[in-house]
Amino acid sequence: MSTAPTLLSVEGLNKSYGGVHAVRGVTFALKAGEILALIGPNGAGKSTCFDMLNGQTTPSAGRITLLGQDTTGERPRQIWRLGVGRTFQITATFPTMTVRENIQVALASYGRKLFNLWTAMPRFAQGEAGDLLELVGMGDHAGRPCGELAYGDLKRLELAIALANRPKLLLMDEPTAGMAPRERIELMRLTAQIAREKSIGVLFTEHDMDVVFEHADRILVLNRGTLIAEGSPEEVRRNPEVQAIYLGEGLVYDARHREGAGA
Amino acid sequence: MAFYVVQFLTGLASAASLFLVASGLSIIFGVTRIVNFAHGAFYMLGAYVAFTLTERFAGAFGFWAGIVAASLIVAAVGVLVEMVLLRRIYHAPELFQLLATFGLTLMVEDLVVLIWGPSDLLGRRAPGFTGAVDFFGQNVPSYDLFLIGLGPVVLAALWLMFQRTRWGVLVRAATQDRDMVAALGVNQKWLFTSVFALGVFLAAFGGALQIPRDAVHHAMDLRIIVDVFVVVVIGGLGSIIGAFVAAVLVSELNAFGILVFPKISIILVFLVMAAVLIVRPWGLFGRPEAAARRTPGLTVNPWRRLTANERLAAIAGLMLAAALPLFGGNYALTVGSEIAIFVIFAASLHFLMSVGGLASFGHAAYFGLGAYGVALLAKMAGLPMIASLLLGPLLGLAGAAVFGFFAVQLSGVYFAMLTLAFAQIVWSIAFQWVGVTGGDNGILGVWPEPWAASPSHFYWLSIGIAALAIGALRIIVFSPFGFALRATRDSPLRSEAVGIDGKRIQWTAFVIAGTVAGVAGALFTYLKGSVFPDSLGISLSVDALVMVLLGGVETVSGAVVGAIVYKALSIWLVSQTDLSKLVLGGVIILIVVAFPKGVVGMLEAVHNRRRRQTQKAALLTSRIETAE
Repeated sequence: MSTAPTLLSVEGLNKSYGGVHAVRGVTFALKAGEILALIGPNGAGKSTCFDMLNGQTTPSAGRITLLGQDTTGERPRQIWRLGVGRTFQITATFPTMTVRENIQVALASYGRKLFNLWTAMPRFAQGEAGDLLELVGMGDHAGRPCGELAYGDLKRLELAIALANRPKLLLMDEPTAGMAPRERIELMRLTAQIAREKSIGVLFTEHDMDVVFEHADRILVLNRGTLIAEGSPEEVRRNPEVQAIYLGEGLVYDARHREGAGA
Repeated sequence: MAFYVVQFLTGLASAASLFLVASGLSIIFGVTRIVNFAHGAFYMLGAYVAFTLTERFAGAFGFWAGIVAASLIVAAVGVLVEMVLLRRIYHAPELFQLLATFGLTLMVEDLVVLIWGPSDLLGRRAPGFTGAVDFFGQNVPSYDLFLIGLGPVVLAALWLMFQRTRWGVLVRAATQDRDMVAALGVNQKWLFTSVFALGVFLAAFGGALQIPRDAVHHAMDLRIIVDVFVVVVIGGLGSIIGAFVAAVLVSELNAFGILVFPKISIILVFLVMAAVLIVRPWGLFGRPEAAARRTPGLTVNPWRRLTANERLAAIAGLMLAAALPLFGGNYALTVGSEIAIFVIFAASLHFLMSVGGLASFGHAAYFGLGAYGVALLAKMAGLPMIASLLLGPLLGLAGAAVFGFFAVQLSGVYFAMLTLAFAQIVWSIAFQWVGVTGGDNGILGVWPEPWAASPSHFYWLSIGIAALAIGALRIIVFSPFGFALRATRDSPLRSEAVGIDGKRIQWTAFVIAGTVAGVAGALFTYLKGSVFPDSLGISLSVDALVMVLLGGVETVSGAVVGAIVYKALSIWLVSQTDLSKLVLGGVIILIVVAFPKGVVGMLEAVHNRRRRQTQKAALLTSRIETAE
């Protein structure tokens, strides 16, 4: 793994809103095929970091290098063109299209066929769209309206959309938020499996520590806008600072589990 | 020098009324999120009622009390409208709200003529402000000076009301998050009603104050609403300070624009508006809107192409239409041609609205540009009919390319207001540039060549082109481009995240729709043998909106059905009644409140329900069978 090329490197990333420093001096790198988790308590700056990587927010300072190119301040669609797939905390799909059409739009965009005015879309890249849906286990749902899918299926559809541009890097903002515990594990297992097979780098934020410790190769811990720890799950788990910060959340987490067990 | 100062003062005086009306619109929008198209109608009502009251009650007290009483009476009418109509549509898509309030405007226009008659009314001069002040040899009416003083006073009063009173705090809170305010136990209904009343009061007050300056007439609503839309687009919707600054800016541009471009002074306002939109799309003092509201109640049924049977039915329908000359007379053929032309026009707007989610309130601009394009080519360049028909719509294309570029930078209500303002600008140019367009007299004598001159031949030409245009649009709807356009409508976030350049896609769609509308306009010129500024007018834009809405926004074929039903209905209506606007406005409101999904949408819903029922029944029987 250490010989794999660097996909993403972030140097001294800063974002301040007025006098508030949302993110300060964040520096890290991500290699091909690596699964990297970005964790931290609420308000730590995870989403801000994500939005900067994805191009939704312009950094106040710092540099983002993606696949050897400086992408600081580029727009989301330019970053997507470089080979970055993205999923959102609250799924963003096209609700008035069928499941397959959702994928076909992304494929048309990837093939730069968006200004094609005459090909009938139902016949467009049908096979490839079907393959992607099979990959995430949604093959049976291809013809269903996207608007009537269950949330777990929407998440899987979104993953398939994110894979349509054959990404080298996946950015997933809380991929399992709002899902039932069993679905969470299934979705992350699927993501990890696809990432390993295709040697895709994955950067994700997550609140569920089970998911994080089971699947992440490496973990970054963000608190109040700065990175306070970085390392393998084992190292991070033993880090006293991380324990101090997560003590509160850990207790809540335990309590929730006990509640769940009692129910 | 003194002349320029006087010109400046005149501009400031005009700004006062404009500010009153615009601030009212902004306040209402801030809290209820409704862009009240009827605001111009309330302004006009204020002027008419004030006219009646000030005529009735003599003396200084009578005049000023009349002005205030008129504003209060109209505000009471506003309260009634809010309680009866608007409360039903607060959660409807913004397009429906704009249309419903537009329907109201139409009704008021006819009612005003019914009550006060069609001729202009000259009001009394304001007691105490009848004279003029000598200003270095130039006269400034003292009433203008009064208005100049009044603007800042009203601004200060509104500011104090919003900062210092409990009600003002609630209004500001509701502007930020109305659901939260409701959750805190504030009676939202009355908050909305009182805000609406204040907004309408300001509009009526603005209208009432105009009577010493200007004649009262029944078209003043549309004139002011376009200016007001321009003001709020420049100043920022929801900002009162923005309304003030922009009202001054627009009025001054008008005052001095007349000196620079005497014929087409509105150009200057347009240029400033375009510049503001490029730098700050949400206006000088506005805040960028949070994510656009989802249109609730949108069916999620994905669109499908016609099945083989449906295609056969469409072809059969076309054949049937083509057989009309066999049994219809010349009048029927002319009506048929007109309907075919409006099918094209409605389909072009439907493409923009349904597929792109872009509700243009000024689509007639491109229809009219195509119409003028043909007339100019045929009359001035003397081109043959085929060449004119092919090249004329290019004027629509060019207009759509220029205006569309700015319009797609915005979305939702801003988009609607901007497209309306653009259409009105094109209309003013056609109206004022007499040397080229003939102004109000239009361009006459543009008749088809002999091969297309007979009613049956022209009818066949019209339905042929209509069939081609509909076919082309349907192909585009189901092409990758059509899906990309729908993607930008469905989820701007996701479409950007899959590499779709939404603005470019929408711009292209705008140009396509404008060109197709231009084709319809081109045919229309040959049908009528002439072209007038009406072909660019607001009422034609709204006709198109109603056709789309009547057919159903969410359907693919709605525009065709809507255009046929609406056009036939309105041609019949005009021949039956003088109060066509009143009836039409009522119909629009009825559609919005009772049938928001349109004719085709309703049929589909019924069809789906039946299918689901039969499915359920089938499921039930199969279960019973397995149980056995």
